[in-house]
Amino acid sequence: MKFTLSWLKDHLETEATLDEILYALTDLGLEVEAVEDRAARLSAFTLAKVLHAEQHPDADKLRVCRVMTDEGEKQIVCGAPNAREGITVVLCKPGDYVPGIDVTLGVGKIRGVESHGMMASERELELSDEHDGIIELPSGEVGERFVDWLAQNRPGAVDPMIYIKITPNRPDALGVRGLARDLAARGLGTLKPLDIQPVKGEFDSPISVTLADDVKDKACPHFVGRYIRGAKNGPSPLWLQERLKAIGLRPISALVDITNLFTFDLNRPLHVFDADKVHGSITVRQAREGESLLALDGKTYDLGPGITVIADDQAPEGLGGVMGGEVSGVSEDTVNVFVEAAYFDPIITATTGRRLKINSDARYRFERGIDPAFTRDGMELATKVILDLCGGEPSAIVEAGAPVDTTRTYRYDAKKVVSLVGMNIAEGDQRATLEALGFTLKGDMATPPSWRPDILGEADLVEEVARIASLTKLEGKPMRRTKPGVPKPILTPMQVREKAARRTLAALGYNECVTYSFIDGPSAAMFGGGDEATRLENPISSEMTHMRPDLLPGLLQAAARNQARGFMDLALFEVGPAFHGGEPGEQALMATGLLVGATAPRDPYGSRRMADLYDAKADAEAVLAALGAPQKVQISRKADAWWHPGRSGVMGLGPNVIATFGEVHPKVLKAMDVKGPAVAFTIRVEAVPFPKSKTTTRAALGRSDLQAVERDFAFVVDKGVEALALVNAAQGADKALIESVAVFDQFTGEKAEAQMGAGKKSLAVSVRLQPRDKTLTDEEIEAVSAKIVEKVAKATGGVLRG
Amino acid sequence: MDGLDALKGKYLEGISGAGDEAALEELRVAALGKKGEISLKMRELGQMDPAVRQAAGQALNLLKDEIDAALRAKKSALADAALDERLKSEWLDVTLPGRPRRQGTIHPVSQVTEEVTAIFADMGFAVAEGPQIESDWYNFDALNIAPEHPARQEHDTFFMHRDPGDNRPPHVLRTHTSPVQIRAMQTLGAPIRVIAPGRVYRMDMDQTHAPMFHQIEGLAIDRDISMANLKWVLEEFCRAFFEVDDVELRFRASHFPFTEPSAEVDIRCSWDKGQLKIGEGDGWMEILGSGMVHPHVLRSAGVDPDEWQGFAFGMGIDRLAMLKYGIPDLRAFFESDLRWLRHYGFASLDMPTVAGGLSR
Repeated sequence: MKFTLSWLKDHLETEATLDEILYALTDLGLEVEAVEDRAARLSAFTLAKVLHAEQHPDADKLRVCRVMTDEGEKQIVCGAPNAREGITVVLCKPGDYVPGIDVTLGVGKIRGVESHGMMASERELELSDEHDGIIELPSGEVGERFVDWLAQNRPGAVDPMIYIKITPNRPDALGVRGLARDLAARGLGTLKPLDIQPVKGEFDSPISVTLADDVKDKACPHFVGRYIRGAKNGPSPLWLQERLKAIGLRPISALVDITNLFTFDLNRPLHVFDADKVHGSITVRQAREGESLLALDGKTYDLGPGITVIADDQAPEGLGGVMGGEVSGVSEDTVNVFVEAAYFDPIITATTGRRLKINSDARYRFERGIDPAFTRDGMELATKVILDLCGGEPSAIVEAGAPVDTTRTYRYDAKKVVSLVGMNIAEGDQRATLEALGFTLKGDMATPPSWRPDILGEADLVEEVARIASLTKLEGKPMRRTKPGVPKPILTPMQVREKAARRTLAALGYNECVTYSFIDGPSAAMFGGGDEATRLENPISSEMTHMRPDLLPGLLQAAARNQARGFMDLALFEVGPAFHGGEPGEQALMATGLLVGATAPRDPYGSRRMADLYDAKADAEAVLAALGAPQKVQISRKADAWWHPGRSGVMGLGPNVIATFGEVHPKVLKAMDVKGPAVAFTIRVEAVPFPKSKTTTRAALGRSDLQAVERDFAFVVDKGVEALALVNAAQGADKALIESVAVFDQFTGEKAEAQMGAGKKSLAVSVRLQPRDKTLTDEEIEAVSAKIVEKVAKATGGVLRG
Repeated sequence: MDGLDALKGKYLEGISGAGDEAALEELRVAALGKKGEISLKMRELGQMDPAVRQAAGQALNLLKDEIDAALRAKKSALADAALDERLKSEWLDVTLPGRPRRQGTIHPVSQVTEEVTAIFADMGFAVAEGPQIESDWYNFDALNIAPEHPARQEHDTFFMHRDPGDNRPPHVLRTHTSPVQIRAMQTLGAPIRVIAPGRVYRMDMDQTHAPMFHQIEGLAIDRDISMANLKWVLEEFCRAFFEVDDVELRFRASHFPFTEPSAEVDIRCSWDKGQLKIGEGDGWMEILGSGMVHPHVLRSAGVDPDEWQGFAFGMGIDRLAMLKYGIPDLRAFFESDLRWLRHYGFASLDMPTVAGGLSR
């Protein structure tokens, strides 16, 4: 919403300075976005007087003038026909920038005669399009600043333009008068009364108005029209043009300018038809299938039921509350007009605007809600201005329907205001505030004014009082703790766990990423997603069409981007939600780590090697440990399709999958442009069970003083035998005595097969025996060893390596 | 007994001059070996007169101990010298780099979320969560944003696909963390104090906007909580978060459908050569939106507005991170550029606490 200071003062009698007004506006919730000092570009220019003018010796159309300026007498060559002795002019000196011709002046020689500056026309100073001659001022002294003269005599040309942001609840503030009312309530002056005088109709309007059944109850319940004949449409007066230009509108003609004036001044959009182009009478109705309208913006819109149109006997001539039609619009030649002031329903107007994709000042106002009780008054005021500026003869008012009655009352409780806001505002002040804003108070009931559709309850009354009293003055008051003493922990166990996963991963050397929750469809599909349920109806780009089914694609894309920048060794992770459906709650917390390239840069010690499956597994285990997962998990090979089928595993607890680790499938890497290999793991954070016991007490530590015995065994087994099967078998030989079984060597490949036979490999385990009550004898150790060999043989077919 | 002094002199000199362990051993055998000079002298004692024998025995024992000690001392000195010599030859280039170790980092969004959580935890706020795909009721209606409310259009909402025939209004990606207010109150009732951090989504992408960002919601409902309490809580928060002794906040009347009265909150600050200084200067910067929870919102969540009242606020976590740590560009938060992650990231053990401070 834009307006100028002088415009505001049309409605507000005030002594307040600009700064005071700006401060108050922002503080009232009418946030000042910008103030344009329109005098700045004219500030260099001063008044001067032409002492003498004579013909240029070498040019017919030029005059050589002697001009009295604040710096003494100067010679200026001028081409204007009105440059003559005695007139007061506006002087631009060498060095000044002249906005209208985009030139910084110098001392020049024009046809051999020196010229020290120029005398400006209105157009050269961007005051108007006037360029028939230089400015002649009716008053003013030599040396006076031109901006001071303008401020005194033509404030509309230079006064500051103020741009404020209006929140959607304040349609009343979309007119300058509404702003003035707020400022007056704040105490920055008094609201000038609006002088509404009914204009007497001289005849009956030849155009009648009907509200069709399909609009009269909701879409357009009230329409006020008036016929004015014999008006003269031409350029509007300077004050009106300046006002519109100041807020960025182009003056068009008096009639159009008046409608714009009413839109911004009183938040009362109007429409003016060229009555001679209206066929028959006017009906407000819903558009019919197949109808269309060439609107004032020059575009043709296809209409249909649900859209409110103002139609004559032939066709729609305007879109109710949104935009007028081109055909029946006014032009320079218009003499008879029909003026429309109507009330259009906010929701239907908004729907129409969205459907046709039209943004207009009218739509903006109607969809927020204009004052339904101001329709007839608005017409009377508009008639007066039209008659003043264009002349003509008014008809009697044509009225259809009636104003929507929005009268409602709410309980007003001064104590509630104090309690909610926490500021001591006396009840008398509260009541004065509400009344200044137009509320009617009767006892403890308040009736909001018709122009405030946003007031819908007691809470709104509180807001009005607080806003006018100024929230800036609010002072903080300590809020007590709910309970005295040391606060309890506030994070849920799952929140603690999420943090543990994140911190552990960072401690393991991974860099945390936050990638978008949506990815492109093909990537989503590669990771088990990409279905309709997780598709966005209105994605912002083709790269962000589906909710991510997994964190891995986002991390792989991040890896590809980093590789493109030359960073080939990466350890990235993310902790966040993945989405398996499109309903609220169909998301699960994942912690995913990705290792690409080598584990270390090149160094003199040969540390560098490519990250492999076992790095991913170790890191996954470290995170699971940090989450409190049980140490023993089942490992299966049923990993999803985006993992390398031979080099990936799934960690489970019963039917619950808690993690997957392994190499990423080479086809996936290729599709995502990652130079592999890459290993990764994904932990389903919420699938890890919480420990059943809540106690902080640890189990007693069972330490034996007896010497433990370590025995190594090397088995020859088939290539496909998994180490865990062997370890479990060995472990099972004597559960009490065997403390641990650890694989410490693996011998595979051609050499191994050459030694041990085709399809064979060797696995070596170290078994630690921990006696509890007496030292083991050699016989006992031998017995256990034999059992281990037997169990392993039974479970895996392995034999001791000779 | 005669000749002991000479013996002593001879051996001590010999020991001191011995160049290696072999020479020392030779001297030991010559003096203390079975047939060594001192051993032979010992044997002589047996033939002595008991009176003389005692004195001579003592002298001999003394000499034996002395030589033995000298031998040991010299042996140790020789070993030390040999070790010194060996260690000198074991020189390594200590200027070579240590073995490489990966350095992980925590993303600023996570770090700042923990900072904010630590501060509000101290003021008794728990952490609430909610789904990111949200029904339009939770995201809008329950928060007093009716279907045709202009604010609904201003939210630039992402909608989820709806199958033909499924006539429910489409779900949305939550446009703010405010729906968590409703869910938290439905679950926990009143009184309640919670914050709700998390991802939110708006259809907006340009220099300063990303289609996903992070918000943190705050909600405190009790019997007598006022806007003045809200101001105090936010002042305390800003002081703690920005780690300055004084902050000044300005409440500016504004409008949010879910609060009434509503206020935008500005913080006093100055910008000096691109450096933000909180708490000083003539500038004001908008940092969050807030207000007293609208009765409609309380009712939506099953809380009786005649009995309970309180405040809510919402602010951008990414923005807080940008302001506090001088991070220039929002979109870079989500690009995962390794250089950015390392530069703006935090160490794994930099855990913000009220006791230990929020940042190093």
